[in-house]
Amino acid sequence: MSLVAIKNISKSYWRDSLEIPVLRNISFDIPEGEFLALMGPSGSGKTTLLNLIAGIDRPTTGSIVIGGTDIGGLGETALAQWRSRIMGFIFQFYNLLPVLTAFENVELPLLLTKLSSKERRDHVEFALKIVGLEERMRHYPKQLSGGQEQRVAIARAIVTDPTILVADEPTGDLDKVSAEEIMKLLDRLNSEFKKTIIMVTHDPRAAERAHLVRHLDKGELS
Amino acid sequence: MKIFKIIFKNGLRHKLRTILTVLGIMIAVTAFGFLRTVVTAWNAGVSASASNRMITHHSVSIIFTLPIAYRDQILKIPGVSAISYANWFGGVYKDASDFKNFFPRIAVDPETFFDLYPEFGLSSGEREAFMKDRNACVVGHKLAEEHGFKIGDIINIEGDIYPGTWEFVVRGIYQGRDATVDETQMLFQWKYLDERIGQLQQGRQGEVGWYVLSVKNPADLAPVSKTVDDMYFNSRASTKTETEKEWQQSFVSMSSAILTSLTVISYVIIGIILLVLSNTIIMATRERIREYAVLKTLGFTRGHIIGLIGGESMLIAVVGGVLGLFLTFPMAGAFAKAFPTWFPIVVVEPLTIVLAFGAALFAGLIAALFPAMKITRMNIVDGLRTIG
Repeated sequence: MSLVAIKNISKSYWRDSLEIPVLRNISFDIPEGEFLALMGPSGSGKTTLLNLIAGIDRPTTGSIVIGGTDIGGLGETALAQWRSRIMGFIFQFYNLLPVLTAFENVELPLLLTKLSSKERRDHVEFALKIVGLEERMRHYPKQLSGGQEQRVAIARAIVTDPTILVADEPTGDLDKVSAEEIMKLLDRLNSEFKKTIIMVTHDPRAAERAHLVRHLDKGELS
Repeated sequence: MKIFKIIFKNGLRHKLRTILTVLGIMIAVTAFGFLRTVVTAWNAGVSASASNRMITHHSVSIIFTLPIAYRDQILKIPGVSAISYANWFGGVYKDASDFKNFFPRIAVDPETFFDLYPEFGLSSGEREAFMKDRNACVVGHKLAEEHGFKIGDIINIEGDIYPGTWEFVVRGIYQGRDATVDETQMLFQWKYLDERIGQLQQGRQGEVGWYVLSVKNPADLAPVSKTVDDMYFNSRASTKTETEKEWQQSFVSMSSAILTSLTVISYVIIGIILLVLSNTIIMATRERIREYAVLKTLGFTRGHIIGLIGGESMLIAVVGGVLGLFLTFPMAGAFAKAFPTWFPIVVVEPLTIVLAFGAALFAGLIAALFPAMKITRMNIVDGLRTIG
């Protein structure tokens, strides 16, 4: 059964009166537990497609149904709440808040829940243990290496136990060794914790970890 | 960790900038509070005026006097329950160039003055002593403290309006009923003035500077005023009778341009607070566009974002405002000490505190408004692309 159903979506941006189409009539399904890699040249629309699936952007036409919810029908606040429950986000540049420790960064999404302080602590420590950074929880992002920062970002993404992890070039800012560690971790999250992962990447080695690779070119699936 | 912790950490992200902004708000709030206190001090006489007292003085100017014979005639007018009278003495005490040596010296009728001005607290013993000696005087508590006057001390005044060297003996020190009573005056017997000036310049005897009338019913104020002024309309000394408040107001109005300027400046300061804080919050928000986009991505709603930006703005405004208010009191105290007789009543009023702190809160709110609106309307994808 498909977890994500994408039907005839198109996305265009407008520059003054000029329409710039980015995605054209895309339809495909993603089954639950899948590890999908979206590949394609720069400007092919893969990040735009990821943003639409993640619910941080809206298609010009078409619908996206995730876990039975048509996310196009959700208002801004409902969509934000939906994202906090269903989606975990991993960015290329980690996007950790520099004034917060690793623990506090991972705890951020839990502030939106009704969990008690102790429950939050347990969840955060568990997430940091999964990524192997329980010893670094009091460290600030600037005290961590790039690979460690990305692992904190992954812990932040999984701490609410979301159904789907979306990763936009998760190894794009890392050296080879760190990139390999991150990909192993994502692999583990998919196989051991059954997370559905949708990853945008340029890196063929990263794509090798995925079970399914879809290529985008000029806004169309090839 | 709570949202407040993020606000606090964000506020301290650029410590120097935050400290400078807090200092800016603190100085502005202090300046606002201080200027309002000065304006209040200027108007203190008006505010402290009694509603049942009226002043009758020469219709042309206060420098012209009225005959003492008016006293009994005015007292017979229906509605007038009591009457007293006084003269501005002037004179020079010690070094005239020293501000602290300028204090009001007024000749009063000791038998009636304290009945009409119950707010001037004097013990019965001191009042008796004041009435007994012709050259006795009483001084206000603040004046006594300022110059170290004690009961029995002799005060020598060199006359100007009334020539000669005048010697007074301190027989009492009055205390104000509350903080609004001027405790910097020196009061002495009108008869002493009248008798001595009669010896020197006979034509100036039997003249008073102004009468103080007491009316039982506030409704009598207008008819009494009209009756008094009509009665002396065609006399050699025509009168103008007005409420004590109007009389005090006439002195304040001489400085109305200065007071208006001070009031306008105090409101300009609110604008300065707003600009200082707005600049900081706009800069801080612009630097964190990407972070706010991340928070929105994670599920933080519009309310959370407004809370974070508004909270930081209000935190800085409140800290600056509180520090500014704390500084206002010593500033006002120093001002009162520097000009004890020019501004005898310097009080930081509750309304001033409310307005000064309110101005800081208002600035905090407005400064956050536009950045918060911008961030909440921002498209997440655009925000994530921002390089900050």
